Amino acid sequence: MPLWLEVLIKSVILLFVVVTSFAYAMLAERKILGWMQLRPGPNRVGPWGLLQPAADAAKLILKEDLMPETADPLLYKLAPFISLLTAFGVYAIIPFGASASGQTWAIGNVNAGILLILAIGSLGVYGICLGGWASGSKYPLLGSVRSTAQMISYELAMSLSFVGVLVLAGTTSLDGIVNAQARWWFVLPQFVGCIIYVITAVAETNRAPFDLVEAETELVAGFHTEYSGLRFGLFFIAEYVNMLTVSCIATLLFFGGWNAPLHLTFIPGVAWFVIKVVCFMFFYMWLRATLPRLRYDRLMAFGWKVLLPLATLNLVVTAVVVAYTG
Amino acid sequence: MASRKHLYNPGAILKGLSITFGFMFRKRPTIEYPSRKKQHSPRFHGLHELRRYADGKERCIGCELCSSVCPANAITVIGAENSPDDRRSPGERYAARYEIDELRCIFCGMCEEACPTDAIVLTPRFEMADYRRGSFIYDKDRLLVPPDAGVGMPPDDRPGGIPGDLGRVAEIKSTTDIDSGYGATWRGEILKNQHEGLAILKNPEADK
Amino acid sequence: MIAFWVLAAILIASAVWTIAAKKPVYSVVALLLNFATLAVLYVTLSAEFLAVIQIIVYSGAILVLFVFVIALLGSGVAPFPTGPNRLPKIWLPAGIFTLAAFGFLIYAVSTVKMAAAPATGAVGNADVFGSVADFGKALFTVQLLPFEATGLVLMVAVIGVITLGGEQMSDAEAQQSRMRADRAVREAILREGKG
Repeated sequence: MPLWLEVLIKSVILLFVVVTSFAYAMLAERKILGWMQLRPGPNRVGPWGLLQPAADAAKLILKEDLMPETADPLLYKLAPFISLLTAFGVYAIIPFGASASGQTWAIGNVNAGILLILAIGSLGVYGICLGGWASGSKYPLLGSVRSTAQMISYELAMSLSFVGVLVLAGTTSLDGIVNAQARWWFVLPQFVGCIIYVITAVAETNRAPFDLVEAETELVAGFHTEYSGLRFGLFFIAEYVNMLTVSCIATLLFFGGWNAPLHLTFIPGVAWFVIKVVCFMFFYMWLRATLPRLRYDRLMAFGWKVLLPLATLNLVVTAVVVAYTG
Repeated sequence: MASRKHLYNPGAILKGLSITFGFMFRKRPTIEYPSRKKQHSPRFHGLHELRRYADGKERCIGCELCSSVCPANAITVIGAENSPDDRRSPGERYAARYEIDELRCIFCGMCEEACPTDAIVLTPRFEMADYRRGSFIYDKDRLLVPPDAGVGMPPDDRPGGIPGDLGRVAEIKSTTDIDSGYGATWRGEILKNQHEGLAILKNPEADK
Repeated sequence: MIAFWVLAAILIASAVWTIAAKKPVYSVVALLLNFATLAVLYVTLSAEFLAVIQIIVYSGAILVLFVFVIALLGSGVAPFPTGPNRLPKIWLPAGIFTLAAFGFLIYAVSTVKMAAAPATGAVGNADVFGSVADFGKALFTVQLLPFEATGLVLMVAVIGVITLGGEQMSDAEAQQSRMRADRAVREAILREGKG
């Protein structure tokens, strides 16, 4: 099979999987939030509301695509696609499992995998900040300015929490990192790093309690206030796909990827990967149902004065330990 | 900053998480309305109804007492004389027009109390939603019980009538339960009296 | 080779767009395109670490700050009043200088004997030219001095920024400087009135 065909088939399968998981992640979030707030959640469309995503998709596609008069047409139309592109782009290099012969299940296996994920992830902020700016309206602008500051601040701590793992694994390729966790998951030696990553990941995906970018009580809907219809839908997809991405990365870096815990190898590795990712997704929804939004100055103070020094300390300690023992 | 203690307190966050997790398995109070309905008290004040006697005659005698007692001016009654060959009601007069603006009505039940013949009653029906304001003015056609539908019976007992709208009164628990409390309630008392009255109307001989 | 020419064309076009765009935000978007293209160019040269760092540092951090500043400044079409066009006066010497520079560059390149290109393996393999491991080794052994020196220069810059920008004025000083500014404005108004 020629390479391009292989990549194309893999991409199509992956796109289908990711979009489906987005749809049901959204439904699961609404259900779980509902249950935690003593509501039944969506249950009208199909059995247990299982067809709700289809109804939502139809609604978003059929709605009018509005654009404010003061908006910048080119960037306003471009921004959702930037968000979507960067959200999906990461999946080109995320490995989901490995066959018995050690062949990794990924579209592309890149040597600098984890760095590439960081790079693509760091571009995601453009969708939000350009979309907010191009709306030509005050609330989106405030939302996008906040998102810019927030994402830059938390990206530093996030990158530093990665580096501890990289030092332990001695490689930047994702399957190398997973293979290095065959005996111990990195969540044990890198517990601090894992906590920092989970916190910063919530901030990077702009979710509660760090959802200042779209703080409803202050900013209407933040950067996507003016968006409607399909373009709003694209932002929406991007948010959930990003959530899925950070869950995948957490699984790969700290929770052993497709390695089975306690030698429960009769369940295939891919299933373990999916289970771990689902647990993370649930955790993010759980957080959203529990914690109130931080105030903006405290968010910044927390990022710069707590997370960043802690991540640096974690890195230094890890490096020293590895240097002396390894 | 006093709140820093709370912000950086992982224990508090874990406690919050445990609370929300526990709530996932609690019983949800939601009543899924169109498919399941909340059970109201039998004293619930809903849509009006104009009743008939067992022989099919209208109870309303067009006295306009309901109209004058109505605090919201929601009722309009225009009475007319009964003609001997077409008697609408047992009395001299009957209501030629009887209209209630349900958007004005405050469902206080004063009309019900003022009525000397128990012609106007409030049923427990409450699903009156419509798209046009005009359709909330209920005229006599819509207020009057059809002559063939359990005419003399109180609305709660009419076959296929109100109980289907709300769930039967019998299903109501606690003080209004059919076995323990139904007859003891204020409205239940009235209904019981009306039953007895009905029985007398149906066989006048039984009373003697 | 085709890839190189296409990428080069996009690079130059986006660079021109960066300086020619009327709206500052378009400049930023063009610059973003420029950086991304440059990263792709690095990948074709199998310098994938450099490519990734290019994206993370320039596109992901520095350019975002540009957007941040532009968003804060507002969406004015031209941030500065455009002065008189000085280009006509200097286009001749500038053109001559540029041509000369290019000529020298071409001459220099043509005379230099190119060293054999190091073996470039498939992108993604470890321990080949341009890989992360290779890059890291070079950075911390052969190139350690320049690396540390660059770090020192950046540190000096950071300290300088803090000293210049973060200087706290005491209340008395602030009061004085406000009064001085007020006086200057009043005097300027008086002068305008006389003149």
